Amino acid sequence: MRALIRYLAMLRQYPSAVAGLGIVVGTVLFALTAIIVIPYPEAVRLWRGGEGMWTDTPRFAPPAWTNWFSGANLPTTIRLDSADGDVPKMREDLGGGLTEVHLTYAFDYPFDGFPQELTVFFTPTFEASRPNASLTWHTPDDREIRVGDVTLRSAETFRISQDTRLERRLGGLQPEIGLFADPADPTRPLKGRYELRVSGLVFEEAADIDAKLVVYGQVHGWAGTDHRRRDLGVALLWGAPVALSFGLLAAVGTLVTTMFIAALGVWFGGWIDALIQRITEVNIILPLLPILIMVGTFYSRSIWVLLLVVIALGIFTAGIKSYRAIFMQIKQSGYIEAAQAYGAGNLRIVTRYMIPRIVPVLVPAFVSAVPTFVFLEASLAVLGLGDPVLPTWGKMINDAQANGALFRGYYYWILQPAALLLLTGFGFALVGFALDRVFNPRLRDV
Amino acid sequence: MADAPLIAGGVGGGAARRRRAAASSFSRVARFTAFRLAALLATVVVGVYLTVLIANMGGHVDDIRRSTIREGVAMVVGMDPEIRRLPQEQRQQYMQDLIEIQERRLGLDRPFLLRSFSYLGSALTLDLGRSEFLVSDSGSRQVRLILLERLGPTLLLFATGQLLLFFLALVGGLMLSRRYGNWIDRFVIALAPTSAAPPWFFGIFLILIFAALLRVLPFGGMVASPPPAEPLAYALSVLRHLILPVTAIVISAVFLSVYAYRTFFLISSSEDYVEMAKAKGLSSQAIERRYVLRPTLPYIVTNFALLIIGLWGGAIITEQVFSWPGLGTTFYRAISVTDVPIIVANTVLYAYLLAVTVFLLDFVYAIVDPRVKLDGGSR
Repeated sequence: MRALIRYLAMLRQYPSAVAGLGIVVGTVLFALTAIIVIPYPEAVRLWRGGEGMWTDTPRFAPPAWTNWFSGANLPTTIRLDSADGDVPKMREDLGGGLTEVHLTYAFDYPFDGFPQELTVFFTPTFEASRPNASLTWHTPDDREIRVGDVTLRSAETFRISQDTRLERRLGGLQPEIGLFADPADPTRPLKGRYELRVSGLVFEEAADIDAKLVVYGQVHGWAGTDHRRRDLGVALLWGAPVALSFGLLAAVGTLVTTMFIAALGVWFGGWIDALIQRITEVNIILPLLPILIMVGTFYSRSIWVLLLVVIALGIFTAGIKSYRAIFMQIKQSGYIEAAQAYGAGNLRIVTRYMIPRIVPVLVPAFVSAVPTFVFLEASLAVLGLGDPVLPTWGKMINDAQANGALFRGYYYWILQPAALLLLTGFGFALVGFALDRVFNPRLRDV
Repeated sequence: MADAPLIAGGVGGGAARRRRAAASSFSRVARFTAFRLAALLATVVVGVYLTVLIANMGGHVDDIRRSTIREGVAMVVGMDPEIRRLPQEQRQQYMQDLIEIQERRLGLDRPFLLRSFSYLGSALTLDLGRSEFLVSDSGSRQVRLILLERLGPTLLLFATGQLLLFFLALVGGLMLSRRYGNWIDRFVIALAPTSAAPPWFFGIFLILIFAALLRVLPFGGMVASPPPAEPLAYALSVLRHLILPVTAIVISAVFLSVYAYRTFFLISSSEDYVEMAKAKGLSSQAIERRYVLRPTLPYIVTNFALLIIGLWGGAIITEQVFSWPGLGTTFYRAISVTDVPIIVANTVLYAYLLAVTVFLLDFVYAIVDPRVKLDGGSR
């Protein structure tokens, strides 16, 4: 314990180590936040939820903070739902079982760009006779534009921005542009208060109409959205615990086992040592990634199965040779002989006398190995072998690649997970470097 | 001028000694090489056998065999007008019999342990029948042809990248060790932790900057489309497409390697024999070449070998990110359509590539380290 404190104190002398430790602690806190804010089942639901999950978000929208840099105030999504009470609803009895339902969707539009899409989702309640609804659009300069009429089924989606008749009425402008355009300068939207009035006609006593207006923005949330309208924030948050646990578990699993096996091989020598050497030689030429790919395609894509394979293939690596060299020296030491003289057993000598001596080499190696495995997990996901249910950074990059994000200019989609990956990897690598210097005095002065 | 004959005599004697030394070192290296080659072949066989075992745990290699047989039999039956005239049931029966005979001939009815050895043979020669979906550029569906066609581009890309990396790291390490502590030195040390990221990761950023934003270099591929007809223009086009992926490979490892070599040179230049050489008044170049570089070369080669072995792992994604038409991209396409024969054969081919890498570096190691003897065998 005292040794640990001393090493930590020495670490303080390296500013890069302090920065690295800061990043590592930050990443861990970030990961913990993710787990607390979005529990695992919720994360899976948000990421895999199917079509209905993401209807209220735009497609390919960069994060909202890009507005700070672009200078233009691009629209965010506006969502008004009469079922949530966002919208004043009036019922007017026309007699003869006929009721008119008035819904007024009023919202401010202070943005510099046009919305991406415009859609009304109707959810009427009725027994047999299908209600009607007619929609009119009121602009801030008091123009009134008839949008259209619909006969409602049990769930009707009216995509205003895809209505070709409305487009013709607006003089060939796409509805999401034509409805917002400033008549003086149709390339710019008119800022101010817009209103969409829905008047529905229901033919039954108990029948009612609820509807949700979504004005899809061009930017969304703090992380943006992807091709399936998913909020990337979920994946950015949940990528952290997945990456960290994969990296840490793989590093612990491989290094500790490697060290133990190297120690056993050196201590017992003979055929055990020879066997370990031969296994290592075979293992070095076994291509790790292709075998992981084989396992991923043929058996299971679960990240935990792949983790086990990574550990299994990562035990007999080149590290075993360098540990072996160090153990060989240790084995010759006098104190081992002394331990044997007082009758210490094999296991005791290996665990109490040999392994503690190698910890100074092991700790930096461990910290430096974490980013390798973090990137390995990302690599697998980029190849399309990501865990089927978990949202990860690598899967985001894979989706982005598959949708030509770099080519089409959706840079945020790749840059955000890449930046987080780099930050995580860099933090561990910085600490590993400094630890290497602390534990290996020969490196210290150079 | 007075001591000129002395030097000449010295040189003459040295030449004879050197010739003798060269002959003995040649036989030493040859014997070592032969030994290593045999050992590596055995290792490859074991490695490929393990690959086959892993692949066939779900019966995948069996399935490859069965579908190849089925296809062959269907072809034979389809070509024969006599059989085609038979009624449906009889024809089915005939086909079934043929398939069974073939399966027995290939030993598919025997226990897996016996069969696995025949698989080993076909995997070692990449004779894994036909692909399920992918087709080679020449239109063949032979797994071996598809993969061998892709081997060239992969070797071109990675040999270029790795050689460049090696020399840059070596020269950079030497230069920094000569005057360590200046701002370049500190800059390289600060950047060394970035080597935690694999080449494809830097590739994404390079594509973003040079292809998407600046539009000066291509997004990917190996040659412009349509490929130039003139050989010189073709080579130039390939060179242009090489720039980004090679840069990605180099950047991903160069800072760490320069840092490692520089540190190593610094440590070994504080050895007593180097101080002694300095005291003798030798030029700093001579000291560097004979007293610093020579004894550290084996370490550098080993270090480089491990680096390259690590780089091969990232090769698949690096190629895929740059749409480089090599083994990695083929592998990626095979994964996305689950083309089992290609996946198995590609894994085997990567095992071969790793073995060849290990062998070449062992060979270099034996040349640079006179202490390597046959009985040493391993490092």
